[in-house]
Amino acid sequence: MTWRVTVDTGLCISSGMCVGTAPTRFRFDESGHSSPVRELTEPDDQVRDAAVSCPVEAILLTDAETGHPVTLDD
Amino acid sequence: MSTQPEAPRFPFPPSPVPYSPGPEMRELMAKCPVAKVRLPDDSMAWLVTGFDETREVTIDQRYSRALVFAPGRQVYGMEAALAVSLIAMDPPAHTRLRKLMAGAFTDKRIQALRPEVTRIVDDLIDAMLAGPRPADLSRSFSLMLPASVICALLGVPIADVDLFHEWSNALSGDWSRSGDEIAEAYAAMIGYMSEQIARKRKAPEDDLISVLINARDSGDKLSEDELVQLCIQLLAAGYETTANSINMSFVALCQNPGELARLRADPELIPAAVEELVRYVIISGSGFIPMARITREEVCLGGVTIPAGETVLPSFNVANRDPAVFDDPDRLDVGRAPKAHLGFGVGAHHCLGAQLARMELQEAFRGLLTRLPGLRMTVPMSELEFRAGQAIASMRELPVTWDDA
Repeated sequence: MTWRVTVDTGLCISSGMCVGTAPTRFRFDESGHSSPVRELTEPDDQVRDAAVSCPVEAILLTDAETGHPVTLDD
Repeated sequence: MSTQPEAPRFPFPPSPVPYSPGPEMRELMAKCPVAKVRLPDDSMAWLVTGFDETREVTIDQRYSRALVFAPGRQVYGMEAALAVSLIAMDPPAHTRLRKLMAGAFTDKRIQALRPEVTRIVDDLIDAMLAGPRPADLSRSFSLMLPASVICALLGVPIADVDLFHEWSNALSGDWSRSGDEIAEAYAAMIGYMSEQIARKRKAPEDDLISVLINARDSGDKLSEDELVQLCIQLLAAGYETTANSINMSFVALCQNPGELARLRADPELIPAAVEELVRYVIISGSGFIPMARITREEVCLGGVTIPAGETVLPSFNVANRDPAVFDDPDRLDVGRAPKAHLGFGVGAHHCLGAQLARMELQEAFRGLLTRLPGLRMTVPMSELEFRAGQAIASMRELPVTWDDA
């Protein structure tokens, strides 16, 4: 499976939880919002942890083929 | 070339304006965003005051929190209390525990608590209206609001608030505290929390302690020690910060009467005002050593080369006054356009309770400004007394009065 990683910049409060937790997966864009380093990725615990830890649930993980949300439970 | 000036001693003396940087800090901010300072134990550290540099230190994993607590290091007497705490961990160890609690503090969950917080605010203000004037805003409101909220969240009795306050005063100490005093308070907290956990293990309730017990007993996601620690940290971190943020924000508004009047005239501005107050108001005590990091390897920060193994001190609230990021940063502007600030930190250690604190501050000011007409301080700012040796600026009292409705 391939995941599609999107950050809702309307929700993002620039907490940097994701950038601090998964620095190779997320970075700040020029406006100070989080942005995925790569939009498509193999399933990855760091990315999932970042999504779980986001205080405003701004990180959306979906199955790139079906578009279905990826479950965030371990 | 002039000779190298001697590094200034840090922490600096208390600022004449408690919620703003003092002259020593301002000199460094203007001259060098990464400056060498000498700590009370004569060791050297790098004080970081620039916005970009502060963000970098806090996000980049080459700056470690865990190494601050490596054996043999002195962390102002708080080793026992902090060595096993979330704020002493780096990812991925930190991530494992943090994500167990993240769900309870998401914006969605916090907004669902708003009506309950509004009710607590109204009850506290009813009691103030029924009581004498002047009143102590700190004791009758600022402390009781976040204490009531965190007790409700955790499921511990608010009747024990005096105990929490005593422990929290000891635990949030600075370099002047004795290790024994802190260890004693810490042991008392462990005893208290272990009892609460035992009680809830027998009869689970709809609260955060029960959620964490379940994560341990059903999912084996944390150890018993970690369970006790997390509960203590939630309680300790949950109110002293918010309480003093309410106090100090109110003082800052009183010192900026134009902004206070603007907010009273237009309560719709309250969310923007809270964001601005969190950016603007410094709530660290004067003896506070910022949340240090230790460099894992040689790094280059703001053009300065820092060798491996050195102490780096990011100063969030000072970075929030960086003119490269905020226009006219020393002006309190309750209508300032929203912009990411560092008032809740940034990165893996971004304040777990940030959304809760925002909501509590919003409801606090909505209540104070709409229900207590002409609420004002009855002493000048210079007469406010702060408890000595506190990491968070803790006012002894904040005498206020208000007009008849």
